Amino acid sequence: MIDFKNTIKDIKDFIYIWFGELIFVAGLILLLFFFLSCEETSNQGALKSDIAEKVYVPPGEHDEFYALISGGFSGQLSVYGLPSGRLFKVIPVFSQDPEKAYGYNEETKPMLNTSYGFVPWGDAHHPDISQTNGELDGRWVFINENNTPRVARIDLTTFETVEIIELPNSAGNHSSPYVTDNTEYVVAGTRFGVPVPQRDMPIDEYKGNFKGALSFIKVDQETGGMNLEFQIMMPGFDYDKAHPGRGKSHGWMFFTTYNVEESNTLLEVNASQRDKDFIAAVNWKKAEEYIKSGKYTTMSTKYAHNVYDEHTQSATSTMKKEVKILDPKECPGLVYFIPMPKSPHGCDVDPSGEYIVGSGKLSANVTVHSFSKMIKAISEKKFDGEAYGIPIINFEDALAGVVKQPGLGPLHTEFDNKGNGYTTFFISSEVVKWKLGTWEILDRKPTYYSVGHLMIPGGNSQSPFGKYLLALNKITKDRYLPTGPEVCHSAQLYDISGSKMELLLDFPTIGEPHYAAGIPASLIKEKSKKIYKLEENHHPYVTRSPKDAKVVRNGNEVHVYMTMIRSHFAPDNIEGVKEGDKVYFHVTNLEQDYDVPHGVAMIGANTSELLIMPGQTETFIWDANQEGVWPFYCTDFCSALHQEMQGYVRVSPKSSNIKLNWSLDGE
Amino acid sequence: MKKSKISFTALLSILFVAALAIIYIDFTQATREFVTNSDSVTNLNTPLGQASVVDNISDPNILQVAMSSKDHTTLVTAIQAAQIEHVLVNAGPLTVFAPTNEAFDFLPKGTIENLLEPENKQELTTILTQHAAPGTFDIEKLRKEAAKKRKIYMATGSYLEITTKGEHVFVNGCKVIASIPTVNGIINVIDKVIIL
Repeated sequence: MIDFKNTIKDIKDFIYIWFGELIFVAGLILLLFFFLSCEETSNQGALKSDIAEKVYVPPGEHDEFYALISGGFSGQLSVYGLPSGRLFKVIPVFSQDPEKAYGYNEETKPMLNTSYGFVPWGDAHHPDISQTNGELDGRWVFINENNTPRVARIDLTTFETVEIIELPNSAGNHSSPYVTDNTEYVVAGTRFGVPVPQRDMPIDEYKGNFKGALSFIKVDQETGGMNLEFQIMMPGFDYDKAHPGRGKSHGWMFFTTYNVEESNTLLEVNASQRDKDFIAAVNWKKAEEYIKSGKYTTMSTKYAHNVYDEHTQSATSTMKKEVKILDPKECPGLVYFIPMPKSPHGCDVDPSGEYIVGSGKLSANVTVHSFSKMIKAISEKKFDGEAYGIPIINFEDALAGVVKQPGLGPLHTEFDNKGNGYTTFFISSEVVKWKLGTWEILDRKPTYYSVGHLMIPGGNSQSPFGKYLLALNKITKDRYLPTGPEVCHSAQLYDISGSKMELLLDFPTIGEPHYAAGIPASLIKEKSKKIYKLEENHHPYVTRSPKDAKVVRNGNEVHVYMTMIRSHFAPDNIEGVKEGDKVYFHVTNLEQDYDVPHGVAMIGANTSELLIMPGQTETFIWDANQEGVWPFYCTDFCSALHQEMQGYVRVSPKSSNIKLNWSLDGE
Repeated sequence: MKKSKISFTALLSILFVAALAIIYIDFTQATREFVTNSDSVTNLNTPLGQASVVDNISDPNILQVAMSSKDHTTLVTAIQAAQIEHVLVNAGPLTVFAPTNEAFDFLPKGTIENLLEPENKQELTTILTQHAAPGTFDIEKLRKEAAKKRKIYMATGSYLEITTKGEHVFVNGCKVIASIPTVNGIINVIDKVIIL
């Protein structure tokens, strides 16, 4: 029979024991987890292993993004990979580069010509990649020069500077270049008010007399060629940053202004007197109509337009003489001012084109205007007076919202693809993430230190790639091994794919990483050029075969038509050069093999080496000032017989009767 | 009775812990496997080196030209067996004397089969290297070298003698049938295997 009591007791016992065991096992598991987590904590340090994995690109593998980082006052643009932070190339733009001979060889010297003459240095600020339908298309990257106003175009198949246009009537070309949705225009707004045209006048008569030109440079969709289409002659405020309208606001360009006080001295005090400065909203489609209907004046001026021709492999510089000027007073509907608190710096439009974010450097808040409210206010004429004939829209009637107390010293905002804005704060050294529409702050992370611009690949377009954020810092201090008083600048990479930002990496940059443009590598890497085809080389001094190598005298100029192929020059010995001759070495690299450049350098040459890519011709000048026999050699370790790649030039006295002759292997 | 109950519950617990342990081991093994896999991916490329570079834009190099020649299938097989592909795509410059398939037939029967055995890889490599010289010597240049009585230094350290007979050029007695320029050097097609 069933012993009921015992059975119940048995079940009770079973439960008690089982329960006891369960607690024991649970305890064991807890203990195990405790040890595991202890181990993890002790390994964490500054860099958790999973963070290291996020930036680790194994040997031989490629980065996911290109980052084109401005060199600021180094005048160049450098090419990095993200997430690794590895440096691939430094592209000289507004600076001479002895490594690549840019600005030193005869072919590229004209690139640095300006109306002021040869200007071999520039302050490179904002790279911006070309777009189609508001999305990055990876054809070209544009970058502005702040000091001697210029805009350059870099071809993203060769990663070389191919065009530079100077801006007349401008000074401190800061609000530039900023590409419109279909790369119709890049812009260039002047930071310094200046007399237009330039003339001798007292500085304290600035107010009302100095002007600020906003230049619109049209881009040819086939060639990328730039043309200064027109300038809008604005009052002499300081035009700081710009952002094209996107999507619904396509056709507009927004500029931040400061110093609406129009002061000319101690700006750090005098330009901060008024509560609000302006966003200048420019309707460039309207401007096109005014140009078409002839409502412009033609002003005579002078500015250089420098173009590198890939067929002749040489640049030419043309001095342009005229520019079309639009006067906003005479062109209703062309420009409106929207008040924006306290010396706004960054002017950033969100991917939808609805929100215009102004970062008042001295403001406690970040103010956001609404494009559709602005249009409504214009149609209902809700103006609060005018300035120099330009209507000022009522602040409240354009206001979309305010990000309250986000940090100190807001500068720039970029966007992800999930409706969030990210703003940098210089004074409080941080990046703050906030939500578009609700304006609530979602996250903040410190930067090391004093961040300026930030970059999210595509973060100023209609289609951001919201995976990484790069903070571009102005001050480094103790972040790396010290290198004397001058230390490098830094860029810091954050993962923004989650709800909170995560610092992954910081890496040193060249010059000042003023701003950057990022793009998925897949959009451009397949188009990257490998070699220049010899048959497409139409350089006036090309030598297509060692058999065609020659030396030609023209008065006291000696032109050497030279070839290079592994592992010799043709010719390699030249005699009959006389003291006082100017020797032009026109050197063609005959290789048709990827990554086989040759270099050439001549003892005592007052210029740089040449680094010549396969299929390319370049020229340097050597002054034969001293009698003797002078060697030249290949500077790039091209092959196993690189050290054998050399030659001599014999320089004889003027009175010598040695005929010009040249040879290779005695023939 | 109680004892058996305890052991029953103990058994349950052991099973539970064992299950946990298995999951843990599985996890760590999976991680290890991942690491091993990525290692082997890297290793796959190592023997080929530069020969694994994909480039359809540059002119063809020595290896690409040899591989596209139907008269050099034996040579290509030997190059692959010796795993020296990467040498033939290197910046060089190199001159390769390339025996045709027929040239290999002059060798004693079974020689090539024997050389292709993995244990003879070193010997095969030496023989192939005997067919390569640093520098670029096409048939015209070879003629010049012969006229100037210069020998060609081979990658193995030995020297190659160049002779001419009328229009024909010979290297160590092997006739040069044709010169093919490539992007990283010259291929001289020869009618016999060079034996030094």
